[in-house]
Amino acid sequence: MTRPIIEMNNVVKTFGMFQALHGIDLSVKEGEIVVIIGPSGSGKSTLIRCINQLEEHNAGAIVVDGAEVGRGRKRATLIEVGMVFQSFNLFPHMTVLRNVALGPVRVRGLSWADAEERARRLLARVGLADQAAKYPAQLSGGQQQRVGIARALAMEPKVLLFDEPTSALDPEMVGEVLDVMQQLAKTGVTMVVVTHEMGFARKVADRVVFMDGGRIVEEGTPDEIFNAPRDPRLRSFLQAVLSH
Amino acid sequence: MSIFDTFLNWKVFVQTLPLLLSGLTTTLALGVTAIILGFIGGLVLALVRLYAKSPLRQVAIAYIDVFRSIPILVLLVVIYYALPFVGLRLSPFAAATSALSLVSAAYSAEIFRAGIEAVPKGQFEAAHALGLSPWRLMGDVVLPQALRIVIPPITSNSINVMKDTALASVVAMPDLLKQATQAQALAANPTPLISAAVIYILILLPLVRLVGILEKRLAVRGR
Ligand SMILES: Nc1ncnc2c1ncn2[C@@H]1O[C@H](COP(=O)(O)OP(=O)(O)OP(=O)(O)O)[C@@H](O)[C@H]1O
Ligand SMILES: [Mg+2]
Repeated sequence: MTRPIIEMNNVVKTFGMFQALHGIDLSVKEGEIVVIIGPSGSGKSTLIRCINQLEEHNAGAIVVDGAEVGRGRKRATLIEVGMVFQSFNLFPHMTVLRNVALGPVRVRGLSWADAEERARRLLARVGLADQAAKYPAQLSGGQQQRVGIARALAMEPKVLLFDEPTSALDPEMVGEVLDVMQQLAKTGVTMVVVTHEMGFARKVADRVVFMDGGRIVEEGTPDEIFNAPRDPRLRSFLQAVLSH
Repeated sequence: MSIFDTFLNWKVFVQTLPLLLSGLTTTLALGVTAIILGFIGGLVLALVRLYAKSPLRQVAIAYIDVFRSIPILVLLVVIYYALPFVGLRLSPFAAATSALSLVSAAYSAEIFRAGIEAVPKGQFEAAHALGLSPWRLMGDVVLPQALRIVIPPITSNSINVMKDTALASVVAMPDLLKQATQAQALAANPTPLISAAVIYILILLPLVRLVGILEKRLAVRGR
């Protein structure tokens, strides 16, 4: 299966006078794991937020799963796109189980019983089978983010977007979340991941995209990007992040 | 005559108590009705103000501003004494309920708006990303959190509505205050007025305390 599931053509996004994306062309194939890296403010979040229309692009076209999205169009295809946030954004007034079951009930039309069964299965998969009855505030950051992943998975999306899923975590919890993501990558779901975890990018990505100043400056396999960077901006970026 | 015979006359108290209690019933009915209508109206106004398209939204803003500017007593007198000139004659209870709910809705709207705006942006984004419809987003995710935030100010507002019910006595509504003044005239003794004051305090003081407790609890949980 190699048809593109995300197709971005000359996508432009401006915030007032400020142009955050300068004509992005990006195509993601079904099942592909794409990791986006780049300095702060380079437009990584804006790019993936345009894919599920948390930000509406101003020009260009975005096609997700065969249907163009945004600029006044209905949200139907967006159900196929799940998102995991840096700050988790779990619903604090619901139990973990309900957080995960809500989407399938309200959007996919499952019964609560079926949705909760699905939720329990997914919570077990991210190692949280015994936390279902708790509220988000009772969990550690790493556990909360794994719930966030389970919540996104419960919608059975074709594409999963991750915006710096480990950046808000204490260092000792980063590993547990990356492990879950790595397991996920093997299941065939398409993933677009913004991260500063270069180890993850190297190990898991099929393709790495480097952004700077609202443009995609370079893209290639992890080997090409990390071992043979061409653009000087990429080289200095890698030098800066890898020297830590 | 001692001060007790004047202000705390037991015989007068017992004689006029039934009248006061009937007034209390009216006051509670008026207050509770106005609080409920104001709550519903305020929620609708807040949602319209936040999310409706242009003309409707301006209407909500204008409503909220106007009804927060007008004194309730003036509004009540206008509704009861002026509207009959255009053929709209309301009973004292209907007039008082209208005046109180119209104003309470405006204040509640601002409280709800602040509550909704206090829900973090990430909650809206997570709900959008799941694909929840706007109604589900509000009902399942935003309002449950917003309502929890606004419990203290909404309770405060309800206390104000309860207090303002006393204004209804000017349109001859037989509420607690009106009955008390009536009883005072009949008994030629101010004890019923003192009794009424005590009844108001007995009913509202627990609510006032409750607001304090809720505010403290919310502040603790907030950090
Ligand atoms: N809502 C907004 N309003 C105005 N400017 C914005 C908004 N969102 C993003 N920007 C600007 O757009 C640019 C790109 O932001 P973006 O969040 O996409 O960067 P990023 O690559 O994700 O950075 P980081 O690594 O810090 O998360 C930044 O200069 C930012 O200030
Ligand atoms: Mg970002």
